[in-house]
This record gives sequence, C-alpha cells and structure tokens, in this order.
Amino acid sequence: MDIHADIAATVSDEADAARRARARTISAALRYTLLFAVGLVMLYPLIWLVGASFKTNTEIFSGAGFIPRNPTLSGYVAGWQTSTPYTFARFFWNTFLIILPKVIGTAISCTMAAYAFARFDFPLKRTLFATVIAVLLLPNVVTRIPQYMLFRDLGWLDSFLPLWVPSALAGDAFFVFMLVQFLRSLPGDMEEAARVDGANSLQTLVYIVVPMLAPALISVCLFQFMWTMNDFLGPLIYLSSVDKYPVSLALKLSIDTTEAFEWNRILAMSVLTILPALAIFFAAQRYFIEGISAGGVKG
Amino acid sequence: MARVQLRNLEKVYGGAVKAVHGIDLDIADGEFMVFVGPSGCAKSTTLRMVAGLEEVTGGEILIGGRRVNDLPPGKRSIAMVFQNYALYPHMKVRGNLAFGLKIAGKRKPEIEAAIAEVARILEIEPLLDRLPKQLSGGQAQRVALGRALIKKPGVFLFDEPLSNLDAKLRASMRVRITDLHRRLRAEGLSSTVIYVTHDQTEAMTMGDRICVMQAGRIMQVATPKELYTSPANLFVAGFIGTPEMNLLDGRLDGGDFVIGGQRLALDPEVLARLGARRPAAAVLGIRPQHLTLGTAGLEARITHAEFMGHEVNLHADLEGRKLVAVVGAADYDALAEGDRVRLRPAAEHVHVFDAAEGHNVSLRPDRLAA
Repeated sequence: MDIHADIAATVSDEADAARRARARTISAALRYTLLFAVGLVMLYPLIWLVGASFKTNTEIFSGAGFIPRNPTLSGYVAGWQTSTPYTFARFFWNTFLIILPKVIGTAISCTMAAYAFARFDFPLKRTLFATVIAVLLLPNVVTRIPQYMLFRDLGWLDSFLPLWVPSALAGDAFFVFMLVQFLRSLPGDMEEAARVDGANSLQTLVYIVVPMLAPALISVCLFQFMWTMNDFLGPLIYLSSVDKYPVSLALKLSIDTTEAFEWNRILAMSVLTILPALAIFFAAQRYFIEGISAGGVKG
Repeated sequence: MARVQLRNLEKVYGGAVKAVHGIDLDIADGEFMVFVGPSGCAKSTTLRMVAGLEEVTGGEILIGGRRVNDLPPGKRSIAMVFQNYALYPHMKVRGNLAFGLKIAGKRKPEIEAAIAEVARILEIEPLLDRLPKQLSGGQAQRVALGRALIKKPGVFLFDEPLSNLDAKLRASMRVRITDLHRRLRAEGLSSTVIYVTHDQTEAMTMGDRICVMQAGRIMQVATPKELYTSPANLFVAGFIGTPEMNLLDGRLDGGDFVIGGQRLALDPEVLARLGARRPAAAVLGIRPQHLTLGTAGLEARITHAEFMGHEVNLHADLEGRKLVAVVGAADYDALAEGDRVRLRPAAEHVHVFDAAEGHNVSLRPDRLAA
C-alpha cells in the first residue's frame, strides 16, 4: 500500500511540476509577446523611416509596410546632392563645427562650475546656485530675444559662435546641476588625499575628480551631442547663409526648395542624420545610463 | 626635525559651535602620539587641522618650528592615511604610490626606485599592477600606508586607519605600523606620528604617549602606563582600561573612605598624597584587576559573572553601586550569582577623585598639571 501511495504521490508531484513549468512557459510567452508588440509600435516609425528611404517616391504613400518592393538608393544619391550648390557633406561638416567646440566646451566649463559649487565655499554661493536652478526652470524661448539682441550687438549673427559659445561657458544649467549632484554623491576623501599629496585644486580636479566623474561627463557629452544635432531653432535664428547650415536646417531646406517634395530624399537624409546620434548612443549606452542614474537618483 | 606644536589651537564652526577649545600640545620629533577619545571629541578635527584639511580658527600649528596655519597640506611635510584608505580608484597601486611624487615633479627613475623600496618594505610588490577595487581591506590599507611612506614626510598622520579591518587583521597591522615606526626611527629618519583612534587597545599598544580627549579638550597626555596607573581625572579613569575602573561615590572621613554604610581604610601613602585636598564629595576609583576576593574589604552581592577563560569578570552590587572585579576562574568556582562576597582593593592602587571637579586628588601634586 505504502509503495503504491508513494508512487501515486510521486506521479502527482511530477504532474504538478510539469504543470508549473508549462504555466511558466505560457506566462513568459505572453509577456514577451506583449513586450515585442509594444516595442514594435514604438519603434515602427523608425523602422518605417529606414524602409521608406529605400523606396521610390511613388511607393512611399502606397502602403504602411516598411519593406520596399523595388529597393533603390536613388533617395540617398539625389538627397546627398541637395538642391543647393553644396552636398550634404557640407552640412554635416557645419554640424561638426558647431558640435565639437560645444561638447568640449560644455564638458570643461560645466565640470569646473560644478566642482566649484560642490566642493568650495565662496561668497554668494547659495544665491548663484539658486540662479542656476532658476535658469534650469526657465523656458529657453524666454531668453531667445535678449540673447539675439546681444549676439547682434556683438556682431556674431550668421556665425557659429552664438550656437556654441554660451554652452562652452557653462551656460547649460542642466549639465551644471547634473554634475553637481553627481559630485555630491562622490566621497571627498580622495580629493583630500590628493591635496595631502601636494596637488592644487586644478590638479585635483584633472587627475582625481574628472576620472571619477567620467560616467556623468560621458552622459553630458552625449546629451549635448544629441541635443545639438537635433537643434533646429538655434541655427534657424542665427544662421542665414545656406553654406553655414547644419543638417537640421538642411533637411528643412530640401522641403522648402522643392516644389514637389522628393520624400525619399528627405527620408534618406533623415536616416543619415540620425545615424551618428544612434551610433554614439549605442556605443556609450552603459556610461550614459550610469551617469544619469547616479546623478539623478543618488544626489 | 618634525616636532609638532599646537598652541592654543581652536576650531569654531560657523562662528558659533566650538569644537576644539584651545589645545596646547608638544609632540617631540620621532614621537608616536595617539589621540584617543570617544566619538565627537574632536580628535579627528584636530588631526585634520594639522593636515591642513580643516581651517584653523584660532591658535597656531608649528611643524618643525615653522608656522603652518596658512600652508596648503602639500607644503606641510605631512602624509596622511585615511580611515577608508582613500586610494584613487582609477589608478593602479603603482599610480597611487607615484601620484604624490609626480605632483612634486620627481623624475621617473627616482619614482620607480621609491615605489620598489616601499613595495618591498610593505610586501605589496605583487599588487603593484592591481586597481584598488581588486585589493582586500588589509592590502588596501598597506597601499595607503605605502602612499604615505613614499613621500618621506616629517609627520605621519593616521585617521583611524584600522577601523575598517577585522580584529585579526587589525592586530597584525598594529604590529606592522609600530615596527615600521621603530625602524624609521632607528634609521634616523624623521618619523613623528599622530595617530587618531577610538580604540584604546590601539592607543595603549602603539603610542609613546597618548593624548586623551573629550569634547574638544585634552583630558590628559601621558605614557600608556602612566595613563593606566595615574589617571588625572574621572574621564580618563573611566575611559582607559578594560573592564572600566570602578568609580564609587562616597566621602572622606578621617583616614577612611565611606561608601554608603561601609568604610574602607585608605593606604597611608594615598592619605599622604591627598594632604589637604579633601573634597566634600569624593569618588573612589579602583580597577577591577586590583580587587581580590577575601574575608575583608567591601561587601557586595554578585549579580552576574562573565567567564573569560582563565579569569572571570564578576559583576556585583555594592549598596546600589555597580562594581566589577576580575578574579581567577578557580576562585569563582565555589561562588554563584546572588552570593555575598568581600572584595579587598589593593591599597596602593586606590584613587580618590573630587566628585565635583573630576580631578584625581590622590595623585602626586606634580602630576596634577596634566
């Protein structure tokens, strides 16, 4: 009897285990299907954009599918030439000329400003930091007109200077704030050890603080890169010569100047425009997330 | 020469909170001075002022006869070992050791030679190419020590360097640091040490002299033996020694000390030292190790006993006062909790304190100054 009972119990245990395993599989399948479906909905415009850039102009509006029937590179070839005397390479170069000083300047100036706020006591520190926070909360649009007047008086209109100089002088309050928060979460012992080792404030900053700040700094650079790449209003206000246009304006240019929109050209150039940002984001994704979470949550 | 002098040293925070109350202290060249005291007694603040990491708000600090109040830490001829090591996380051990010398503008061959020497002394050669996160606590502490040693400073400052280590490692690091100090001293190198700890075992075993601090004031500066045998006040008496010294409140009556309804005849030598200093309310101090079970002495009831191996910490109640005696394990065999026993203090080790002022009035008058 006992043996029979044991066997019955074992069989029932095995049946239970099998049921549980099946339930787990079904649950996982459901969850992943849902995730995949939502993910697809979110990513579809991007996927469509890439697919449509290889379609012919007539095919683009013939359906919502993203796989081109007759794939063609004509959009890329014609789009690259643009309807201006310049190719898209020129516009990429212009973007690069704005982004490079802006990103480097932001990294250096915001680090110095944040270091000062996080580690030193100086007169009016609290007031100045409150000002930084106030600027952070101020809508960008509010300062556009006074800034425009200022740069006009400086004779900087139709040059790249208004687009990168303010940022290179720690003008982006968000980055200063983010770095201050990150610095506050770092212990000060290493900096004290460096001072005992004879380093002055600048040496401590460069040799000790900056390496520890790297994840946050990478995030700052990535943010600045992406925002500058996407910035449309700034160049639109300050740049008037086509030869100085960055890609964001150049994309709009191809819409303006062509009577019958060559959509596949626009889409092809859009794909090229987002490629650098995407590539850089994926390459530095780990640091990017580390930087944001450390700065935002721990602070 | 790295004599350290603190003259009326003060630290006031925010113009209102006084953390250090005019400290005067003279630390001889090559001396191992330990600052000990409970949390918040300003021992670390004082050390940090010597290091230059904390601004001095009053008084003077002299290192090697030179006023250093306004000098940055790097120019004070000091090196510091921090509680949590404070190794530079992005640099390998080699880089950590080299950093101070690089900043000082030393040449590469010189730096390499110094690293090799320090690594040999501290036995960290196999660790040179590791990052701090790949080190154990003890290894990290040795690297931190190496970073201090490599600079050949006049004064070593230690801020609770062993607190993060386990008991066994702490004991071995204690010996290592003491040995290192002796070796440096024997080689004629300047090796003054200021060592901050809250652990009295560290203080007693390592220091040439100990500076006991409380609430920003120096309570006593003396050799470990002197602190133990001649505590200057109630605080030091209670702070130094394990288990703590028994402090029994009572009064002096002629040649006796009266505790509740019991009288204890004081040693003639103690009485002679007391002389005319006879406070109205007094406290009798006697170390648990100086009480023996017998037929005479103070009567008390055993409340509980802690078996420590070869001896027993006997906790007793003496007319509402707590009393601890360390007795031989064999002596306790016949006893049980609740028994009434007589504990006889070793007469020459009895201290009498002024209950109001806290001073030890039974010390030789020349020792009272501390």
